[in-house]
This record gives sequence, C-alpha cells and structure tokens, in this order.
Amino acid sequence: MGIEPGRLQFSWISSAESTKFVEVVTQVTNAIRALGPNPDFTKKLAEVA
Amino acid sequence: MLSYAEKIREIAGRLLASGAVNMVIGFRQGTIPMMNEPHFAKNPAEAAKLVWDSHCGINLANYLTDRKEKIGIVAKGCDSRNIVTHIIENKIKREQLVVIGVPCQGMVDKRKIALKCPGEITAVIETETQVTATGNGFSQSFDKKDVLQHNCSLCIHRNPVIHDELVAAPVEEQKGIDRYADVRAVEAMSPEQRWKYFEDLLSPCVRCYACRNACPLCYCPTCFVDESRPQWVGKGQDPSDVRTFHFLRAYHCAGRCTDCGSCERSCPVGINMRVFTKKLEKDCLDLFGWEAGLSLDVRPPLDVYRPSDPNDFIK
Ligand code: SF4
Ligand code: SF4
Repeated sequence: MGIEPGRLQFSWISSAESTKFVEVVTQVTNAIRALGPNPDFTKKLAEVA
Repeated sequence: MLSYAEKIREIAGRLLASGAVNMVIGFRQGTIPMMNEPHFAKNPAEAAKLVWDSHCGINLANYLTDRKEKIGIVAKGCDSRNIVTHIIENKIKREQLVVIGVPCQGMVDKRKIALKCPGEITAVIETETQVTATGNGFSQSFDKKDVLQHNCSLCIHRNPVIHDELVAAPVEEQKGIDRYADVRAVEAMSPEQRWKYFEDLLSPCVRCYACRNACPLCYCPTCFVDESRPQWVGKGQDPSDVRTFHFLRAYHCAGRCTDCGSCERSCPVGINMRVFTKKLEKDCLDLFGWEAGLSLDVRPPLDVYRPSDPNDFIK
C-alpha cells in the first residue's frame, strides 16, 4: 500500500501474558513515535476561499 | 465462438420449455455497441433474445445471490469459478443450477477499441478472429487477440470448471502465461513510490461503486462504505477515504477473486483496480497454493487453519 515499514506490527499475545502485552505496546509505541506523525492518513479540511 | 449463441438459445429454450429451470441468465444485445447486458429469460420466447459474442464480459454469477428458484446460467471460465465460490459461501445451491458452460476465448476491451477509432463507434461486427468497428466515416478492423481485456489475455482457466451442458468442445488453455508481471512491478517500488502510484491510480475515482456492484463477491446486504452508524469510511472524494474504500474492498475479495475483470470493465473512468485484487490473488497462490473457485470440495484458505500456514510476519 505504501505505508512506511515499521508502522505495522502483528503479535500473538495470550490474554494471560500481561507483561508481554505491556512490553510490546511500549516498544511499538516508542518505535512509532520515533517515526513521527504519518501525514498521509490525515484528511485535509476543504479550503475555504 | 459465434456459433455459441445458437447453441445457448437452443439449450435455454429446451430447459425453459421442459420446466427444468424457471429462468435462464445470459446476455442480450446492449443498447450501444460492445455493451451486452444481462438477460433474464423466463420463457422460451425470451430465450430467443440470448446472444453470445466478444462483449459478454460481465460476470453473471453476480445475479445468483440468494435466489430461490431453479436457474440456468450461462458461464464462461471465470463465471463458473465465481459460481463455485457462491456455492461454497452458501449464496446458492448447486442443485438449483443448470450451468450452461461456455468455453471462452476472451472478451474484447471496448476502451482499447474506442481509443483507436477516430470517432464514436456506432456498430461493431465480428468474425472468429477479428472485430470491425464502424462509425461516421470510418471502419477499422482489429485482431481480437490484440484488443482483449487485460485479464482475458492472462487467463489460464478459459473452460468452465463446472457445467451441466457445454455449448462447444473445450478450448485450449493458454500456457506459459506470466500472470503477475504488473504486481511484481508494484512490489518492487519503494513505499513512497508505491504510495504515489496508488494515489495517481485512484485520483479519478468518483466513488460510484460500479466496481463493487459489478463484482459477484460484493453481496453484503449493507456494504461497509454505505453504513453510517458507525461510519467506517468517509463518503467524499478525500484521497484517504477513496484509498480506504479500495483497499478494504480488495481485502474482502482475498482468496475469492477470480480476476474476471468485471470491476475494471464497469468503471466509468477506467481505473484498473485489479492491481489490488491481483496482488492478493498472487499472495494466495504463493502462500497457500490457492486459486479461487476451482473446486467445490476444498475450503478456501481464509476459512481453514492449517499448522503449516505461514506466520513469519507475527513478531
Ligand atoms: S474483484 Fe473484480 S476481478 Fe475479482 S471477482 Fe470481483 S469483479 Fe471479478
Ligand atoms: S467503478 Fe471506478 S469510479 Fe466507480 S468507485 Fe469503482 S474505481 Fe471508483
């Protein structure tokens, strides 16, 4: 589709693996923060003259 | 192939006269050249209107969804694969159908012909190998094989996979076709190039949904794009909404699309949205060895689990 690599991640986390869940979420959040905002997916407001 | 029409009328007339079916779905002459339209014949007299030529590109499986009566249906290779998919997905029962199989030699692309003619085409006639388009002050002939729809030129399943009647002997299947050159070209792009490529591809889209409506796979009573509570995707021309529509629609066709080309054919602005479904088709083939609609006995990859399913993408 043309999304930057690294913005998408898939993980298997069982409902019992709370620590893993926290770890993965933290890690993914940090990785994506580092990439910065993705302007491609923001809608532009209609330009009003 | 031109003799098919007579045979189709003969079979349809017979099925309707004997009461074996309540309706035969086929094609009749369209109101403008190269645009044959679906025909629903309910008696032998109506069956006489059935035609067959190189302009029968619409996928007739689209008209089977949730029908209750007994139906005779004219089916090319791709139509028959979508009929199989419909049966697998419980949208119609095999026992309800009499499949009138048509060994296909490809449908011509009306846009390719129109682009090469200097004015409006008012009539088109064809022989076994040629089509001739005429209009005000011009008449041009083309070899059919040079003006085939893109998907037909790459087709490797021209003969119907299921049929109860066959209008002619099976045709030879095309061999040694490289079906995915276009997909590989897109795969080779960098993410930025790809983003731009899709942006350009989709920029003329007017969100008419003709592609969705022409597709036999798109039978949901309420499509996600039409829902307003919740509204999954914006309804305007914003590029992110247009893109969301196309990608989601394509994903809904994963493992089901037969590359029949109805979507592309129906688009009023000529967008080749098949690049999306073809990528998924290629992935299904590479990852699961799957081609849609070839058998009534095998479940599609997206509704079975196999321990060998690829899962390297999960971290
Ligand atoms: S997505 Fe297009 S090519 Fe695929 S089955 Fe639907 S209409 Fe045919
Ligand atoms: S048929 Fe063409 S213009 Fe209409 S929604 Fe589909 S891609 Fe867009």
